[in-house]
Amino acid sequence: MAVIQDLAIQAAQMGLVLALAPLVTGFVRKVKARLMRRRGPPLLQPYRELMRLLGKEAVLAENASWLFRAVPYIVFAITWVAAALVPTFARGLVFSWSADLIAIIALLGSARFFQALAGLDVGTSFGGIGSSREVMIASLAEPAMLMVVFTLALVAGSTQLSTIAAFMASNEVGLRVSLGLALIALIMVAIAENARIPVDNPATHLELTMVHEAMVLEYSGRHLALIDLAAQLKLVLYASLIGCVFVPWGLATPAAGPEIYAYGVAAYVAKLLVIGFLLAAFEMSIAKMRVFRVPEFLGGALMLGLLAALLLFVSRSL
Amino acid sequence: MNVANHAGAITAVLLALAAAGVPLARAARGPFIFYLLSALVAVAAAASGAFALWKGGISVVSLPIGLAETGVSLRLDALSATFIVIVNVAIALSSLYALGYGREEKEPARVLPFYALFVLGMNLVLVADDAFSFLVAWEFMSLSSWALVVVKHREEENRRAGALYLVMAFIGALALIFAFGLMAAGGGNYLFDAMRGHALAPIEAAVVLLLAIVGAGSKSGLVPLHAWLPPAHAAAPSHVSALMSGVMTKVAVYGFIRIVFDLMGAPAPWWAMIVLALAGITTVLGVLYAMMQHDLKRLLAYHTVENIGIIYIGLGLALAFKAHGFTRAAALAATAAIFHVFNHSVFKSLLFFGAGAVQNASGTRDLEDLGGLIHRMPLTAFTFLVGCVAISALPPLNGFVSEWLTFQAILQSPDLPEWGLKFLVPAVGALLALSAALAAACFVKAFGITFLGRPRTRAAREAEETDRFSLAAMFVLAALCFAAGTFSGVFIDALAPAVGQIAGERLPVQLSQPWLTLVPVAEGRSSYNGLLVLLFITFNGFFTAFVIHALASKKVRRGPAWDCGFPDPSPATQYTASSFAQPIRRVFGTLVFRARDTVEMPPPGSMRAARFDAGIHDLIWDALYAPAIGSVAHAAEKLNRLQFLTIRRYLSLVFLALILLLLVFALWL
Repeated sequence: MAVIQDLAIQAAQMGLVLALAPLVTGFVRKVKARLMRRRGPPLLQPYRELMRLLGKEAVLAENASWLFRAVPYIVFAITWVAAALVPTFARGLVFSWSADLIAIIALLGSARFFQALAGLDVGTSFGGIGSSREVMIASLAEPAMLMVVFTLALVAGSTQLSTIAAFMASNEVGLRVSLGLALIALIMVAIAENARIPVDNPATHLELTMVHEAMVLEYSGRHLALIDLAAQLKLVLYASLIGCVFVPWGLATPAAGPEIYAYGVAAYVAKLLVIGFLLAAFEMSIAKMRVFRVPEFLGGALMLGLLAALLLFVSRSL
Repeated sequence: MNVANHAGAITAVLLALAAAGVPLARAARGPFIFYLLSALVAVAAAASGAFALWKGGISVVSLPIGLAETGVSLRLDALSATFIVIVNVAIALSSLYALGYGREEKEPARVLPFYALFVLGMNLVLVADDAFSFLVAWEFMSLSSWALVVVKHREEENRRAGALYLVMAFIGALALIFAFGLMAAGGGNYLFDAMRGHALAPIEAAVVLLLAIVGAGSKSGLVPLHAWLPPAHAAAPSHVSALMSGVMTKVAVYGFIRIVFDLMGAPAPWWAMIVLALAGITTVLGVLYAMMQHDLKRLLAYHTVENIGIIYIGLGLALAFKAHGFTRAAALAATAAIFHVFNHSVFKSLLFFGAGAVQNASGTRDLEDLGGLIHRMPLTAFTFLVGCVAISALPPLNGFVSEWLTFQAILQSPDLPEWGLKFLVPAVGALLALSAALAAACFVKAFGITFLGRPRTRAAREAEETDRFSLAAMFVLAALCFAAGTFSGVFIDALAPAVGQIAGERLPVQLSQPWLTLVPVAEGRSSYNGLLVLLFITFNGFFTAFVIHALASKKVRRGPAWDCGFPDPSPATQYTASSFAQPIRRVFGTLVFRARDTVEMPPPGSMRAARFDAGIHDLIWDALYAPAIGSVAHAAEKLNRLQFLTIRRYLSLVFLALILLLLVFALWL
């Protein structure tokens, strides 16, 4: 019985992140529009876009290979698995021990690897420019992220995200310099990984300003829907990650009662809304930077992460 | 199995094969029979190694041949047995690959005898138990592989690669001779047993460690001694490249482990600092060099440098932990290193096989002339993709597992008391993370430019799928990548005896964990389950495909590429390997390679084409190798005058030399 309940909660989490993903994107867009004093599209617009894309036929370039058709499913499946492993409303889920935080980051790396390959498949210059810039950004964002992981792991004594979240919610943590640095680095990485301003602009289709959008330019129909949904899932994943590590309150403990779970879900949605609002406000207040300024931005994140880890090597209490 | 039987049988069969190599090369089916037999030998050797590993214990034998007083001593312990299995699995598959690939060889008589000797040399290094037989086997390995590097000796580039390799191999062997000499001086004998029994003084240990790094490190490709490796590995025939990159470097790693962990005695913390610093630099420089390459085999060879760095990071951490008696952490680091040895031999062989298939099919290995091969060679493309994912350390394949273990070992290190290590280890961790991300970028380039996009030349457009033996070898290796990534516990448990031997403790048995999960340190600290992740991804992918195809549209229409409305029919407008690498060249290369891009625009009104130059410098070559080569050439120039003296001057030179020697002799005594 307990096993079925565990599985049901795991499935509920998978369903929850998937259901919420377009809403978060819609919310960020709405807030941005309101801050610009526009009315903005309705909150549910991303769902409608996905439904519309799913209903359309997929147009493939003449020389697209099997890899091009498989990649949307691969990317979506991997991102979904990664998102399902980050604690959202509860920790200690039944599959949470199957991959620790390092593995979750690496899973996102796998998704990006295939995405970048798909960008090269048709053999257009846009796909190439998107892929090559994406891997350049990733080559700095990933090590910065791993440094953040090191910091969290050294503080909490574990790379398991559930354990880290439990530790961060306990009284042992206190105020630490290293965690502050790690938080800043994590936010910088999250912005870069999700192709948000100032690194990339999710709304633009101007040739030279886009990275992610250039890479997926050849996709259409259901393939594009999957890729969009995967990108939305990734945003939710990073928001949940920041939420469960740095705002660890409200996470339901294993085998809690239904009211605790309901409280956990409410807390989770509140966290997503706050993070989404902050993201929109941040994006409104800053301009996109040139592509070759991005390495400086991410190099800064890498240095902050390294500094945080070094501080912990010097003293476990910093 | 007795080590004498094991080594004797391998030696007899391989020597016979080497002798039969030339006549077999002339016969029509000769190469086929040759490679079939060498595959069988390798399978038998691997089985014998596995049996020894399973049975446990140490088998030692001393033969009354070779040097007086030393003889030839052989020893088969857990460490050698583990490496015998790893090495011979790759050799067997490379022979299987050569069953098909070898047919394309124009001059098989130049390959076959040396192939057998090469395999023999590597196998004998692993069982040698005295300095003399170790060095003889080591030189067998070096010289026969040199002969294989210069098989296509009519190309200037290959001759240069061969010459550089030979010089570096001699320098390495010289360093090893001195290292063994120093250790034997204390022990009184060239037997490894005597060296084990004698502890080195700190200054001796320092010199031996440096010599071991020069000797074994140069053979495995540690920066800055790596310069010979990429050209040599690229020049050899592809199945030999696979052996050199996937296997010979591992034999060198074995040599390093044998000397540093076994013969030198209890390690000191500063050994680890030297190894870690070199290893960290090696990983990042290796992958950055690889990123700049557009020759497929050179690119792969530079990745060998990177992966060797990862292995040495594991070994350096193991040294650091062992020096402080943290044996559990040392076991974790050593497991990571040896598991990466296995993983790298698997996926690097796979990738070199793929590169060989591409070269045979298209006649080139220059990425800028390839493209679109996924349509012409779908099976090769699939296996190469598996290799790319594995080497980029992406889950759920095997490369990730060993890197994950290395990261876990790094996370154990804040307890180390030395300040040097406290600063060095996180820095090395950052370098490792950087190299993992860059490796993924590099393999997006390698796979994307070779197999995806549109064909850039006619040769690429008309390439044909490779033969079935090559495909069989590649599919077996791809399956091994999956197996080692998902059933990692089995492999880690198999490594436990060797790890116990070098680290002093084993990891807990992984197979007793539920669901085949890896739990290297303790429950609740870290765990990873590749099998579950793979199943999860597969299930999600098929579930999504099913739902979408059932509920939404499954219609497909083919049309011209969109490309923002301006598709260009010429394949030259695609991204090339160099343009793909340009952002990374600009970010990292300006510092590491002093890369400069210059654009020369024609004056207004002129119809001349603009010119773009992208220059990179190999700073290590400029700083280290070029001056050394220059000074040798300079000295040779000066000494050349001695060849044109009169007889009187020669006689006075002889006289002077005699006086000098007598003086030295008199002062010495």
